[in-house]
Amino acid sequence: MAKTPPGTERTVARFEIRARGYLTAEGEPRGALPSFAEDRDQLVRLHAAMTRTRAFDQKAVALQRTGRLGTFASSLGQEAVSVGLAAAMRPEDVLVPSFREQGAQLWRGVRMEELLLYWGGDERGSDFADPAVRQDFPVCVPVGTQYPHAVGVALAFTLRGEARVAVVAGGDGSTSRGDFHEALNMAGVWRLPVVFVINNNQWAISVPLDRQTAAQTLAQKAIGAGLPGEQVDGCDVIAVRDAVGRAVERARAGEGPSLIECVTYRLSDHTTADDATRYREDREVSRHWAGEPLKRLRAHLGRAHGWTKEEEEELRARIHAEVEAAAERYLAIPPQLAASIVAHIHAHLPPDLEAVRARLAEGGDG
Amino acid sequence: MAELTLIEAVRAALARALEDDPSVVVLGEDVGLDGGVFRATDGLWQRFGERRVRDTPLSEAAIAGVAVGLAAQGFRPVAEIQFQGFIHPALDQIANHAARLRNRTRGRLTCPMVLRAPYGAGVHAPEHHSESIEAVFAHIPGLRVVIPSSPARAYGLLLAAIRDPDPVVFFEPKRLYRAGKETVTDDGTALPLDTAFVAREGRDLTLVGWGAALKECREAAETLAGEGVEAEIVDVATLKPYDAETVLGSVRRTGRCVIAHEAPRTGGFGAEIAARVAEDALDVLRAPIRRVTAPDTIPPLPRLEHLYLPSAGQIAQAAREVVAWR
Repeated sequence: MAKTPPGTERTVARFEIRARGYLTAEGEPRGALPSFAEDRDQLVRLHAAMTRTRAFDQKAVALQRTGRLGTFASSLGQEAVSVGLAAAMRPEDVLVPSFREQGAQLWRGVRMEELLLYWGGDERGSDFADPAVRQDFPVCVPVGTQYPHAVGVALAFTLRGEARVAVVAGGDGSTSRGDFHEALNMAGVWRLPVVFVINNNQWAISVPLDRQTAAQTLAQKAIGAGLPGEQVDGCDVIAVRDAVGRAVERARAGEGPSLIECVTYRLSDHTTADDATRYREDREVSRHWAGEPLKRLRAHLGRAHGWTKEEEEELRARIHAEVEAAAERYLAIPPQLAASIVAHIHAHLPPDLEAVRARLAEGGDG
Repeated sequence: MAELTLIEAVRAALARALEDDPSVVVLGEDVGLDGGVFRATDGLWQRFGERRVRDTPLSEAAIAGVAVGLAAQGFRPVAEIQFQGFIHPALDQIANHAARLRNRTRGRLTCPMVLRAPYGAGVHAPEHHSESIEAVFAHIPGLRVVIPSSPARAYGLLLAAIRDPDPVVFFEPKRLYRAGKETVTDDGTALPLDTAFVAREGRDLTLVGWGAALKECREAAETLAGEGVEAEIVDVATLKPYDAETVLGSVRRTGRCVIAHEAPRTGGFGAEIAARVAEDALDVLRAPIRRVTAPDTIPPLPRLEHLYLPSAGQIAQAAREVVAWR
């Protein structure tokens, strides 16, 4: 092959992606921890939130299996991503979640019975009651379309001069979509206070990461839009909380958007409608149970902070009671009125729909 | 009062909305310094600043999606898609999010946004610059679809769209942008949405249309008047929610109905109008309903474009046939 003359060739840009983790799979610190992670109370709070998320997911799946809930997407194994990103936010920030970030939603104040109501087939489940989450977006079912919403929310903050941040979460599959790239690009151009958190659980239903992208990391997809991107161990809640926290505070300080890729693993099926044994080996799943986030933090808490078996049992009992009570409340909620199927489509119903609403309200069939 | 073209009326409405309401934000490709490729936003960037009149990257999906986020936060974004032929990437955001946000959160979050786009053929534009796909949007629950047919309608309806608490797609007939002037009073008075307008009164038949097709209907009505046939014209204006009563009221007076649109025939919004007339006013019809539409084909490139658009002559001929039907 003929040798190409160099002309004026030179390197015009150079990038690297850094990956960070604080706890090993066994829960041993790899070195010094961020200052918040030296505080026992903060670690206990993270541990409790992850435990609560897992208990909620288990209950939701049980309700689905017994015909009392619709299709549900468990976050089993990914609790550190969801809880860590939410713990890095302030209440006045806005969360724009995918459909698998219940850990973040619960942390911020969405009620368990609201999520159960939504997945149980009732729109009122997205009408969050807690004032702290009234501006948060509901779950986003179409994959990846939520990213531009967060950019719009961040633009609203900027236009009003508010020191607030929009945090948007999505999965590995969503990074193949145009909405994701368009949102990153626009956020970069406008230097908006938005943080993109990628929950890379390795699987988009049946498609593993190496058939989703040829990129070495998902974090590097930020680079193309001019944003910083970094990767963290997504089974290490300390690493997630730390990285998202730094990104959120950079955004709040007017230093622009960034992307955090959290590398974790989907230990569950995609949803209750999926059977992952059709496309992945049990051995692979078993291997990932070894480094799962709850066991990891609990091991560290025990060794470094004297977290006892009694404390763990007391926590679990308290959460069990909370989840059971929430499920009871959910199951006791009567269905919406028939007229609700049209009542919320516009602020002002046109005559045709008003007639349908009136018929439904009178007990007719619409 | 001023004599304005349709594009000037759009600009006047945008300026009025920006002036009156600090929550209004205009965004889109080339809407800033350049003032938009059709000059709809000419001078607004200079007058209201780059924060409120924002040039976006070339990014239709994000333009619509960012507008959803802004609107959920209480802003009133008015987003421009440069041509309707390029709106498809934004359709996902419009159909799956803008139109659904109020319903799926039971009103907790709402989406008071407007998506403007020029539509239609007849300006000798390149490929993908001549589409008329309003029926696609009219099929989406939760959305308002508004199409002005004159400068005064453009001014009043665009103000109404911006003030509406729900999402509106606002399709502007680019063929009429500079086709003529009309007296427009720039006093901030909006026209009602969800309302069809009787644009001409007549006893013998009802011509129904919207946007650029209204111009053809008017010309056809003039021709017919010379033949002793008085056509009533209904400008649908808001396709969705559709004001069936105004059209039915006219057809009950005339007993005859011809519908004209420049979108392809099958599944066009004319089919919905015809169905509603047949359902609710069959007893008064003295002749079959007729549609004058583009054929089910892609808008031809400019050399044969004239064969595609329904003409005043075709509308007049359909009217004659309907009037002569025994």
